[in-house]
Amino acid sequence: MFFSLAAVEVGTHLYWELGGLVIHGQVLIITWLVIAIILTLTVLGTLKLEQIPKGIQNFLESVYEYVSGIAKDQIGEYHYRPWVPFIGTLFLFIFVANWLGALVPWKLIKLSEGELAAPTNDINTTVALSLLTSISYFYAGFKEKGLGFFARYISPTPIFLPINILEDFTKPLSLSFRLFGNILADEIVVSVLCLLVPLLIPLPVMVLGLFASSVQALVFSTLSAAYIAESIE
Amino acid sequence: MNPIISGASVIAAGLAIGLAAIGPGIGQGTAAAQAVEGLARQPEAEGKIRGTLLLSLAFMESLTIYGLVVALCLLFANPFVG
Repeated sequence: MFFSLAAVEVGTHLYWELGGLVIHGQVLIITWLVIAIILTLTVLGTLKLEQIPKGIQNFLESVYEYVSGIAKDQIGEYHYRPWVPFIGTLFLFIFVANWLGALVPWKLIKLSEGELAAPTNDINTTVALSLLTSISYFYAGFKEKGLGFFARYISPTPIFLPINILEDFTKPLSLSFRLFGNILADEIVVSVLCLLVPLLIPLPVMVLGLFASSVQALVFSTLSAAYIAESIE
Repeated sequence: MNPIISGASVIAAGLAIGLAAIGPGIGQGTAAAQAVEGLARQPEAEGKIRGTLLLSLAFMESLTIYGLVVALCLLFANPFVG
């Protein structure tokens, strides 16, 4: 009976085939839902802009200040403005995705295979996000310094060349594994505890999971901003 | 399925998390101790210290998470089980 309450399912997916590509359907469904939620909130909040903000507009302005604060703290006063949309999108997407996966009881919706959960518990999502970060810090470096960007590979001395090249690979690797592992670990811990004691005991762990997943959103966007700042300066 | 490979994978998965938890555990303890010391010295800097502490704790935690990812690979997506 307990197994019907919480089965630990890792590695089962709802497969969609699109022109020879195999796609994890359950991830895409929740991703679209996340995008829809963020879009509706922002569009609703910015439809009727007022001098004295109230309601959703007030909320959105404080969110904007928080998000641009992340970018400003890392990239600096002079360069940060063009990167606010990117850093803000990363933060909001990961935050809403994590909380949507943790707060909504997706177990109630049955799929033919796999189960609905936070899209960030699939390694493909997090790798895509961290590759976006890689592309954008290369773009930032080239835009700022041109070919002089390559000078950072032999700084402080040419001996560090292999390590500096390796760093370009370890950055997206650690970013994606950190987010993926944290979200999946939280879900597994909650499911295992539900399996052992289905009442009350998992609640504090769920609250801890909510906290941890918001910190992970902050960490991901802060690190992306730090990498961009590193290649700009 | 080869039983030796399965058994070795399970043991390795346990060891991966256990060993990966040692270093970050010590590091997090040191960081928290230093943060408390800083708080006792300068109670007015509480907000800043808390933010930095949480962020650095998350970084240290991610080291254990790498071990967890390896363990999960061994348990659920083992490449050696044919």
